[in-house]
Amino acid sequence: MSSYPHAPGFVAGDRPKVVTSRFEYTDSFTIERYLATDGYAALRKALSKPAADIHEEVKGATVLGRGGAGFPAGTKWGLTPQQVWPRYLVVNGDESEPGTYKDRLLMERDPHQLIEGCLIACYAAGLSQCFLYIRGEMALAQERVATALNEAYAAGYVGKNILGSKFSVDIVLHWGAGAYVVGEETALIESLEGNRGMPRLKPPFFPAANGLYGQPTIVNNVETLANLPWLIRNGVEAYTAIGTKTSPGTRMVAVSGHVKRPGVYEIINGTTTFRDLIFGEEFCGGIRNGNKLKAFVPGGGSAPWFTPDQLDLPFEASQVGPAGSMLGSGAIMVMDETTDIPAAALTLTHFYAHESCGKCTPCREGGTWLERILTRVVNGTGTDADLQQLIEVGTSICPGDFPHASNEALGLSAVPFPYKMTTICFVGPSAYAPIHSALTLFRSEFEARVTKRITIPVTAVGAAS
Amino acid sequence: MTTVDPANTTPVDPNAVSLTINGKVVSARKGDLIIAAADKSNDFIPRFCYHPRMAPAGMCRQCLVEVEGPRGPMMVVSCMTPVAEGQVVRTETEQVKKAQEGVLELLLANHPLDCPVCDKGGECPLQDQAFSHGPGESRYVEEKRHYEKPIPISDNVFLDRERCILCDRCTRFADEVAGDALISFTSRGNNTQVMTFPDEPFSSYFSGNTVQICPVGALTAKPYRFKARPWDLDQTESTCTTCSVGCRTVVQSSRDELVRYQGVDIDPVNWGWLCDRGRFNFESVNSDERLTTPFVKDAQGNHVATTWSGALDAAARMLRTALAVSPESVAIIGGARGTNEDAFAWAQLADAMGVNQRDAQLADGLPAEVFALPQASIDEAVTANTIILLSPDLKEELPVLYLRVRDVAQKRKSKVVEITSRPTGLTPSAWKTVLVEPGKIASTISAGLDPVILKQIASGSVSVIVGRMNLAESAESTVLALAEILHVAPQAKVLPVLRRGNVRGAITAGLTPQHGAADTAEILALAAAGKIDTLVLLGADPLSDVPDADLARRGLAGARNIISVDTFMTPSTSQADVVLPAAAFGEKNGTTTNLEGRMSNVAQKITPAGTSRPDWMIAAELAIALGKDLGVNSVEEVTAKLVKTVAQFAPAANTKALRHDGVLMNHPTPLTLSRTTLAVSDRNSYDYRIVSFRKLYDAAVGTAKSPSLAQLATGATVVVHPLDLARIGVELGANVQVISAKSTVVLPVTTSEDVLRGTAWLPFNQPGNDGREIFGVHADIVDVRIEKLA
Amino acid sequence: MSRLTDANVVIAKEIIGRYPRPKSALVPLLHLSQEQNGYITREAMVHLGELVGVTSAEVYGTATFYEMFRFEPVGKYLINMCGTMSCALMGAGELMHHAEHKLGVKAGGTTADGMFTLAHAECQAACTEAPTLQVNYRYRFHVTPTDFDNLVDDLRAGKLADEIPAHGVLAKVRQRIPADKGVGAVAPEDVTEGPAWLDGKPAL
Repeated sequence: MSSYPHAPGFVAGDRPKVVTSRFEYTDSFTIERYLATDGYAALRKALSKPAADIHEEVKGATVLGRGGAGFPAGTKWGLTPQQVWPRYLVVNGDESEPGTYKDRLLMERDPHQLIEGCLIACYAAGLSQCFLYIRGEMALAQERVATALNEAYAAGYVGKNILGSKFSVDIVLHWGAGAYVVGEETALIESLEGNRGMPRLKPPFFPAANGLYGQPTIVNNVETLANLPWLIRNGVEAYTAIGTKTSPGTRMVAVSGHVKRPGVYEIINGTTTFRDLIFGEEFCGGIRNGNKLKAFVPGGGSAPWFTPDQLDLPFEASQVGPAGSMLGSGAIMVMDETTDIPAAALTLTHFYAHESCGKCTPCREGGTWLERILTRVVNGTGTDADLQQLIEVGTSICPGDFPHASNEALGLSAVPFPYKMTTICFVGPSAYAPIHSALTLFRSEFEARVTKRITIPVTAVGAAS
Repeated sequence: MTTVDPANTTPVDPNAVSLTINGKVVSARKGDLIIAAADKSNDFIPRFCYHPRMAPAGMCRQCLVEVEGPRGPMMVVSCMTPVAEGQVVRTETEQVKKAQEGVLELLLANHPLDCPVCDKGGECPLQDQAFSHGPGESRYVEEKRHYEKPIPISDNVFLDRERCILCDRCTRFADEVAGDALISFTSRGNNTQVMTFPDEPFSSYFSGNTVQICPVGALTAKPYRFKARPWDLDQTESTCTTCSVGCRTVVQSSRDELVRYQGVDIDPVNWGWLCDRGRFNFESVNSDERLTTPFVKDAQGNHVATTWSGALDAAARMLRTALAVSPESVAIIGGARGTNEDAFAWAQLADAMGVNQRDAQLADGLPAEVFALPQASIDEAVTANTIILLSPDLKEELPVLYLRVRDVAQKRKSKVVEITSRPTGLTPSAWKTVLVEPGKIASTISAGLDPVILKQIASGSVSVIVGRMNLAESAESTVLALAEILHVAPQAKVLPVLRRGNVRGAITAGLTPQHGAADTAEILALAAAGKIDTLVLLGADPLSDVPDADLARRGLAGARNIISVDTFMTPSTSQADVVLPAAAFGEKNGTTTNLEGRMSNVAQKITPAGTSRPDWMIAAELAIALGKDLGVNSVEEVTAKLVKTVAQFAPAANTKALRHDGVLMNHPTPLTLSRTTLAVSDRNSYDYRIVSFRKLYDAAVGTAKSPSLAQLATGATVVVHPLDLARIGVELGANVQVISAKSTVVLPVTTSEDVLRGTAWLPFNQPGNDGREIFGVHADIVDVRIEKLA
Repeated sequence: MSRLTDANVVIAKEIIGRYPRPKSALVPLLHLSQEQNGYITREAMVHLGELVGVTSAEVYGTATFYEMFRFEPVGKYLINMCGTMSCALMGAGELMHHAEHKLGVKAGGTTADGMFTLAHAECQAACTEAPTLQVNYRYRFHVTPTDFDNLVDDLRAGKLADEIPAHGVLAKVRQRIPADKGVGAVAPEDVTEGPAWLDGKPAL
């Protein structure tokens, strides 16, 4: 295993590299390097076959969406209504989920791979214009992608009659301006239309049928598209040989927090376990300072938390869901025994309350309310009733049982993912998720906070006795 | 689409959907939303953001219900979920109740409980639904959001952001419906608020609708603020007669004073919307300046208050004297302001007197023959594949019709082709706008329109919305252009858009030149020549409304006697020898006819000002004084006689229909227009051809006497293309001379990029000097020079 | 006058031209305007509304949704201190405390010399490198109090001018689509046919 100083955060390993193969080169983002390492070979190969064949290959490889929902890309492309034109590709590079940053690396380190992936998707699914939406705060990624696009246009890989063929598509670089919720695909579309990035309700606004400008629109994550050049070059068999049947290929996972070697890893999908990732020498090598693992967030800030009880679960949605959480965007945040759990929950609740777009009442009003109550609790001015109130407000956002992990010591059995919600998108529930996890798994830490407040004045102030 | 099964003749509707709501089988139509289907089955689902006339937003989350799904009940928002065959919906389960209570608690979290001093209190959806669907208590102990309260966002609308529950109704209305996206959500999340752009007011002609649809007291209208409590209001349904669209309204009063009009949703016309002029001009009815007693002129020419019998005697004496000479020495101008009954009674009186010179139009309309073309209703006009606009700016003159046309254009249901001398409020929504210099519209069409447009016209149904687009251009010019359009679109149906409230009803009831007698322009010319002995003005103010100011002035001066029936002492009324105070809108019952020929009722809500009386009653009493009793003693008797006498009014016998949607009048057998060419000379030594038009807020009495509206009239400027400023050699805003063959006026000059080169704009009937001195009513076009002041 | 300069209007029109509907260019144009002026001015919003054909209120509504747009002048260097989960776990709170002390302003404040604006920020997508900050959206990783002091000193001394442009400048490279290479944007309603390459045959 090795780290590349030019790619801070990334940790290579002795594993298959589907999307990070060029990260070892300091000039990995240039067209020269790209062309020297099979660059645009997949595009040429794709164009030499009918578009429908390429679509079939992607479908056959079950390339799961890497943005969070995990929906297979090939199936998604097939959901566009027949004979409705134009259709668009919108690339979701608005990566903002706490804990996550694989897409930024892919855009900074290998922009041409992403561009080639976009071209393959447009060709296969008949998408006539592509908008590549990069998160506003990622200045370097914007520079690298802009440079790469300028190079690719000049070389005839993008634009009119690509490689002299009848395939023509523009890729337009678009960049945001700071709003987490825009990572949600319908909000991304609103934002791309120049509007406030407020999510639309699905249905009727399933982008594949009714997306950008009301037209069929495919929204794919950066990592998802970055998989395509390798897949087309090496074929479906080679792709599905990595990982499991339901989760083939690799995944980019960021592990941060209290581990010895935090980093972004390209891991084998479906088989690598959380224990491997957090404790394996190939990966993070255990908890810092020899401390104990207390809890971890398995799939980005929105995900319900796990404790050591869940370490042996693999990176596989069909197992993580029933266990009470989700894989989400491929981000693990690790908390050791020194962690102040209510305070940690508050940082996440604050994040989602702050990032609420304000559209749905439960999220707009409930998120802030949760934050205010929790702040009180964390500051030691809360009451017992506040703990119950947190749950009551949370229930107004997510009615019914909220998912959580099993816990042997507490005698809890798992409530499977997903939850019910009274909001359009996941921002509102995400404000509640950390509170629910923390209160369910570490209630005593909250009780200690609120009890203290109630007992101190009684002994400190001269009482009637 | 309904098909008939020949086997059992029961119509089978392929769009019918059957679902179950709370155990009841409910039928709906494909595409209906669950919330609408539930409304029909009387299963009320609480809601705030949902409004049936706007695209659903799904944002308040109040209307959550359970729908049975493959994996058990799912929680969905009923305002965005369409019905489906066999769908099972539950709106009252424990889960639903808990979710709805939860949302309501959250909505109330930051809502100030200042209901006792809130205009909405008592008719507030938030209040009502907190009562019916709320949790009954709040556990929110945090500090509520604070904003400055309330802030004016326009001259007539105030915004209290603390009360706002961010339902997106006002902002959606402004953007989607009105096309005036001057308010928007700003900021984000818990700090989201509705705001205008800094220092740029929400100056929409439709702003009052946002107040009406606001589900809380966040938006309030200045004319109504703190005027009444909802439970003290008394109300009746009526039809607005401010313009000829005929919007359905509710007229509300408190202590015998009008305090508010609210739009009523009827499918064929206004969908619940009103323009601000129609909404707020109740102030003029309450005005202290209303005529409350009759006047006659004394020997010194001063108006002296008198009794009705005195005034009627005086009027009858004048008429008798004139009739003794000849019925041709009597003329009647006006009548479009009143009800069908008012117009009919006066027409009956005119018949009895043998007076043929009568005209409800003021030389600013179109010949009545446009009503004899194949007619389109508003619905038919806006559902045609192609809508051709040969009309004034609908946004300025017939605002709610503008909303209806804009709706189909924005939703790309119809293509709008606009042929105009000046871009209008619909230009941004139009598929094609053909800009043509005044006087050349007919010839431009006959020379051949863009083939793309012709192809579109030929591809399906066509409607032509026709009106007087330019008051500095003759009516004939418009009629000829219409004839050319009907030549290329023979299938077209016509929606004539004459502007005055009941002009169509008045004309149809008989207030139009009979047997080729003189129209208003000719009457005024006859009067100027001393040939009119007694001129009757029925709510008409020729000095303000006839495009040729000089002609109007000479006409009124030349008439020996003038009898004016009016609500205010207008410039023309002040010249009258007998002034008879008329009851205004809201003070009388009857029926009115809108521009498409829809007849509906107008209703009395308050006692007429002073001793004022409805026009029909004045006609009836004058008739008695003249010994020509009309035989009518009540407005119902006038309606009955009208329905029986004038075939086109026959459908008005359906009095039930009159009291809500209204009913369309019968149309006469269509005639065809002949195509001739208009000989319009070139501009020669003149530099600019005038385009003159009305704006929503002008010097009309209903506006001028409503303080909230009067302030909105801008006054006139002559508007030229920016490149012409240098040519004139003046700075923006400077006074310039506008010189026509007839006269010269001095006005400030302003610019617009939209001005077609070679033309200049001159708004009509603005307060102050508006330049109509330069118009000649008999000229086809008005050409001018614009020069620096000497 | 803070409307776009003539040179920026040319860039703006080029950007607008890439979208099927002009309003889509709004966020990139707001960035362009912030690049020109350091923040978003009232006149700029009016101008952008004119350029993309929407009301000023719509521009305002969009602009205020996004946190990167500032409506008041900020320091030449905007220092965004990440405080979300991973950074919080790794000492972001203490770092912010130090930063406030070093700069002599509270979070949200601007130093008297107009050089620095210190701000709380949410997750910056560099979680494994916590705690992180961005100066005008350029990263600094594993930031210690000493690192922070050095950074501030270097910025003051102008040592980082090449790497870190003044607030408002985001990417230093713009996309350019050569006229002869681009396909061009078409309003969706003007597209009537499917793409030429969907004819069942290979494109090459």
